[in-house]
Amino acid sequence: MDYVISIIGPLAEGSLVTLKLFFITLALALPLGLALALVRISRFRSLALAVGGYLWLMRGTPLMLQLLFIYFALPFVPVVGVRLPDFPAAVVAFALNYAAYFAEIFRAGIQSIDRGQYEGAKVLGMSYGQTMRRIVLPQMVKRILPPMSNETITLVKDTSLIYVLALNDLLRAARGIVQRDFTITPFIVAAAFYLLMTLVLTWGFQRLEKRYAVYDE
Amino acid sequence: MPSTMNEPMIRARDIHKRFGEVEVLRGVSLQMDKGEVIAVIGPSGSGKSTFLRCLNHLETIDRGRIEIEGEAMVTSGSDGLARYVADAELRRICRRMGMVFQHFNLFPHMTVLQNVIEAPMVVKGQRREEIVPRAEALLRKVGLLDKCDAYPSRLSGGQKQRVAIARALAMEPDIMLFDEPTSALDPELTGEVLRTIRQLAEERMTMLVVTHEMGFAREVASSVVFMDGGLIVEARPSAEFFAAPEHPRTRAFLHNML
Ligand SMILES: Nc1ncnc2c1ncn2[C@@H]1O[C@H](COP(=O)(O)OP(=O)(O)OP(=O)(O)O)[C@@H](O)[C@H]1O
Ligand SMILES: [Mg+2]
Repeated sequence: MDYVISIIGPLAEGSLVTLKLFFITLALALPLGLALALVRISRFRSLALAVGGYLWLMRGTPLMLQLLFIYFALPFVPVVGVRLPDFPAAVVAFALNYAAYFAEIFRAGIQSIDRGQYEGAKVLGMSYGQTMRRIVLPQMVKRILPPMSNETITLVKDTSLIYVLALNDLLRAARGIVQRDFTITPFIVAAAFYLLMTLVLTWGFQRLEKRYAVYDE
Repeated sequence: MPSTMNEPMIRARDIHKRFGEVEVLRGVSLQMDKGEVIAVIGPSGSGKSTFLRCLNHLETIDRGRIEIEGEAMVTSGSDGLARYVADAELRRICRRMGMVFQHFNLFPHMTVLQNVIEAPMVVKGQRREEIVPRAEALLRKVGLLDKCDAYPSRLSGGQKQRVAIARALAMEPDIMLFDEPTSALDPELTGEVLRTIRQLAEERMTMLVVTHEMGFAREVASSVVFMDGGLIVEARPSAEFFAAPEHPRTRAFLHNML
């Protein structure tokens, strides 16, 4: 037991890196994903197609590959080539990747809203922007909560991929202690940390779902 | 502002509309004065809904001309193609018409009161304190003040439709369009909605009502328009219309309905 307590410190430090990546990714990928979804369904055909291509690329290749590409290969790409430090590189890869997944969830949510809602808003004089902001998007939120819950839980676990960039996240911290002390206890404690994080998320989404349960469709 | 003294509220001329290969409206003309209540009847697929939806730009017409109290929202040049006025102008003109749908189209994520005050606040920029008393008065008028804080899913069909009417009225339209307002309701609930519309008629609201309720058309409408195959076959004052329909197709239709 004392041993477990002694490794909680370094594992908690690793968790901070994990959580930091998680929250920054969410903060960037949610608005970017929404913007992508809105362009994807817009009547600007070529832009919509370009976004479609982007979604295909980001969802069709492994996140690990994207991570490695942005960190190792991007510096050698002409014009856009920049060398990003490891954490920012991870943030960029995660945000770009998750924005694509969120965009598909948003798109499906928006398109599930009945045409009558748009017409109801239009005959009241609302513009497209007002209709989206006040009528469509608020109703979309209720419908996408279950897939969003899934996706964010996946994100918590996906953050462990950054061990390839030698960032000291929760998993890497645990592995370091395992190799030092020749015991698998740190892995078990790390698992408990991940479970705790996903538990909090699940609970948060349950609360949101309850809040949205005040109305039925 | 042009003088609107003697202009009809709605003047639609030679409206054509096609969906792909099918010409759904084949030259519909209609004129409607302030305070008139016109019932539009006709068999399924005759273009009644499409005509109504063209009037407030839920559909765009291919050819023809629509004026609302003398203000053109769409005109056709010598090439015959419809040309709409600029967007802002179009929205302003269309806002003079309220519409009630067969399936209500209430906003499910808002309470009854929020449904009614939403557009006045968002579109007209009215303040909450200013619009809430008016919204409550409208809800009292349709008999639903006690449902203010209920969500639409908790209401019966008849109650939903009365909220939809209050919501449309909150924008202070000069014309109300109804597309089969009672067709989605259980028979025992149609009465409460028709009573509300009748009350509006008594207040001299200009209304165009697509309906299958012949009793309502006969008692409330000043005129009846019979559509078939994308054309207006017969349009006359309702007493005459029901007493002595002229066109054989009208007679056949009425025979089937009654
Ligand atoms: N968006 C659309 N796309 C293609 N065809 C359409 C569309 N809307 C209507 N139609 C067709 O246009 C014709 C007229 O339809 P409309 O809904 O105006 O008839 P209606 O008189 O209102 O009939 P009902 O009494 O059944 O409501 C029908 O043949 C219908 O299938
Ligand atoms: Mg119809």
